[in-house]
Amino acid sequence: MEIVGQLQKQFVDFSTSLNHEGFLDEQYLQLQKLQDESNPDFVCEVVSLFFDDSEKLLNNLATALQQQVVDFKQVDAHVHQFKGSSSSIGAQRVKNMCVAFRNFCEEKNLDGCLRCLQQLKHEYFLVKNKLETLFRLERQIVEAGGTVPVIG
Amino acid sequence: MEYCNCFESPWPADELLMKYQYVSDFFIALAYFSIPLEIIYFVKKSAVFPYRWVLVQFGAFIVLCGATHLINLWTFTMHTRTVAVVMTTAKVLTAVVSCATALLLVHIIPDLLSVKTRELFLKNKAAELDREMGLIRTQEETGRHVRMLTHEIRSTLDRHTILKTTLLELGRTLGLEECALWMPTRTGLELNLSYTLRHQNPVGLTVPIQLPVINQVFNTSRAVKISPISPVARLRPAGQYMPGEVVAVRVPLLHLSNFQIHDWPELSTKRYALMVLMLPSDSARQWHVHELELVEVVADQVAVALSHAAILEESMRARDLLMEQNVALDLARREAEMAVRARNDFLAVMNHEMGTPIHATIALSSLLQETELSPEQRLMVETILKSSNLLATLINDVLDLSRLEDGSLQLEIETFNLHSLFREVLNLIKPIAAVKKLYVMLNLSPDLIEHAVGDEKRLMQVLLNVVGNAIKFTKEGGISVSASVAKPDSLRDPRAPDFFPTHSDNHFYLRVEVKDTGSGINQLEIPKVFMKFVQSQPLAAKNSGGSGLGLGLAICKRFVNLMEGHIWIESEGLGRGSTVIFIVKLGIPARLNESKLPFLHKGPGNQVKFIFSGLKVVLMDDNSVGRTVTKGLLVHLGCDVLAVSSGDECVRAVSYEHKAVFLDVSMAAVDSFEVAVRIREKFAKRSGRPFIVALTGNTDRMIKENCRKVGMDGVILKPVSVDKMRSVLSDLLEHGYLVESQ
Repeated sequence: MEIVGQLQKQFVDFSTSLNHEGFLDEQYLQLQKLQDESNPDFVCEVVSLFFDDSEKLLNNLATALQQQVVDFKQVDAHVHQFKGSSSSIGAQRVKNMCVAFRNFCEEKNLDGCLRCLQQLKHEYFLVKNKLETLFRLERQIVEAGGTVPVIG
Repeated sequence: MEYCNCFESPWPADELLMKYQYVSDFFIALAYFSIPLEIIYFVKKSAVFPYRWVLVQFGAFIVLCGATHLINLWTFTMHTRTVAVVMTTAKVLTAVVSCATALLLVHIIPDLLSVKTRELFLKNKAAELDREMGLIRTQEETGRHVRMLTHEIRSTLDRHTILKTTLLELGRTLGLEECALWMPTRTGLELNLSYTLRHQNPVGLTVPIQLPVINQVFNTSRAVKISPISPVARLRPAGQYMPGEVVAVRVPLLHLSNFQIHDWPELSTKRYALMVLMLPSDSARQWHVHELELVEVVADQVAVALSHAAILEESMRARDLLMEQNVALDLARREAEMAVRARNDFLAVMNHEMGTPIHATIALSSLLQETELSPEQRLMVETILKSSNLLATLINDVLDLSRLEDGSLQLEIETFNLHSLFREVLNLIKPIAAVKKLYVMLNLSPDLIEHAVGDEKRLMQVLLNVVGNAIKFTKEGGISVSASVAKPDSLRDPRAPDFFPTHSDNHFYLRVEVKDTGSGINQLEIPKVFMKFVQSQPLAAKNSGGSGLGLGLAICKRFVNLMEGHIWIESEGLGRGSTVIFIVKLGIPARLNESKLPFLHKGPGNQVKFIFSGLKVVLMDDNSVGRTVTKGLLVHLGCDVLAVSSGDECVRAVSYEHKAVFLDVSMAAVDSFEVAVRIREKFAKRSGRPFIVALTGNTDRMIKENCRKVGMDGVILKPVSVDKMRSVLSDLLEHGYLVESQ
């Protein structure tokens, strides 16, 4: 039980820090609320969906920005999608980066867009990392026989 | 010899020749001096002369020449050196000036010549313009004539006047000797001479229509010159002189049937008349192009005017016909109304009159049954009673029908127990079924409420009748009765397009199906089944001896219609059994209303699942992550969610079963407003459409405005929390709109 307690504390600290650092916001907590006995893997499913979707979008963005003639409308559409999915998940920093990205798209600033893309990738991988860590902690808690604490 | 420094005259002293030369020189000089004077005089007179200084030069040249000749006069005799010097000077000057002039003339003469050319050119042009003016004037004349002609022709709608006027005016305008119109006969095989200019009453000549000259004219819309000796042109007795040129043109005869609503008249089925125009025979006149054009235009106008006249005639005839028909119809209607009223009165009176003796018979027969009777007597009395009862029922049915017909039948509405009604009917029918060894099945759907509001007696009558018929026409097998609450979609019977059940919270539609394994009904007979007094199977009726067969189903149909419902039969054919289905509208007892609608309970959190349990909604979002999240949210609240990602899918999938449609408005590829409009259109005809709610991450006021404009019932701001969604759903279901658009 010691281990469980420790793991649980770790989990709570980590979640709180994620919230404070702005990686995940209230929306993520809402998602956790939706998980129940009839839907035990809801959060995991949604997050995996988000990962797949985001990776596809990032690839599309890279391709679109490498074109001879950049179609900023297309780029904007991709970023819009990304913004939508990241805000549904609660990935706040990613979402904010998308907002900045969209501004550059409107200005048709190619350099700005390329820079944004790099930062977006950076933010995305950061939050992916954090989420994977979070899930790992949850698995460890469950394997150790405990229950995952609910935050908020 | 004197030394006088003189020159010898170069000429020999021949007196006569000298004299002549002397005189000639004198005159030459004179002429040479007068020429410049004349030129100056005339140039001064003329206003324009561009080459003045040329003139000066030329004048100088001439003067000097003249001077030379003048001075020459002195050289005939011996002359002094001075004279010779003067002579020489003059000659030199003359030479210079002449050369200069000669050189100048090289430049001037081409100019002058070109002036002449230009003058010639201008003269030609003027002549040409004159000619053209003449032509234009002629054309304008022609145009005026055509306009005048057209005006004359179109100012009347009478066929004869039109044609007569045409011929008259054409004759006058073109100065024709003769002008004639050949009309096709009814058979279309001949042309009949109908109108001529000079002879007011034509002889009635006919000409077959298949002549080559006629075909030639009919095949083109232009006026064609024809030979004066062709049959159509031989209108006058042969004169002494050469007959004038003859021209013929076709006149299309348009019929009403040629004018389709959307097309121009078909050219292939045309009939034509032939107009023949003859120039005066003793003039050398020829047909000019503009005259031919005039003729063609007039022919067209005549065609139009004739068709107008024809159309007018037709429409007047049609109108007269319609008026007659109207009058006849009115009369027929009044007669029918009288007949119906008479019949109803008769029925009512007769029923009353017939009812009294019947009731007396029944009453007394029942009393008789109570007394002491022998077995044969008892049998007889029972038969009398049964027959009287049958008769009484029949009379009652007839009475009911007549009351139904004149609309005076009122339903007796009250609350009754629906379930026990079914059980009672089946109890009544079970003995008869048992005798025929038929099974009887009753299936009441679980969502059928126990109590309903309606006319119990008549509902039972309908049910009994239908079930009774089922039993009657079934020899083996059985019947099954099932009752349920009708779903909105299944309420529509394609055979009854006027049946529009409306949804409301106080009523429901009861659907009853009575299926039997009996003799079935031929497809063709189905419509007759509900008609009065028609029996499709007289033999079977004799065997079963039922009650009121002839009127039964007709009365059922009336009752069902009174209950705002619909009844019909389905059968796969003879020997395959039949199913009678009827739907009637029943009320829901008032005091039970609240518990019927499960949505209004606002219970604490752990009852969340049951409140919206099974609430069907549609969700549209093209972002897979967002869609999954919102779907999860709604599922968590207990809804039955159909999630789609495109507008088309959404519109297709939305049905009456869904209570709400959630549209994500921030989608780029799909216009959610358009989807909302389409959904509204889909449900435009009936009430009870699902609520449409927009989900947006944008706080812009415009979005809310646009949502309202499109007719959405509310807007929710993303991200949506569980509590927010719960309150949204509650608001929608309780109030029908979102109390606050969040």
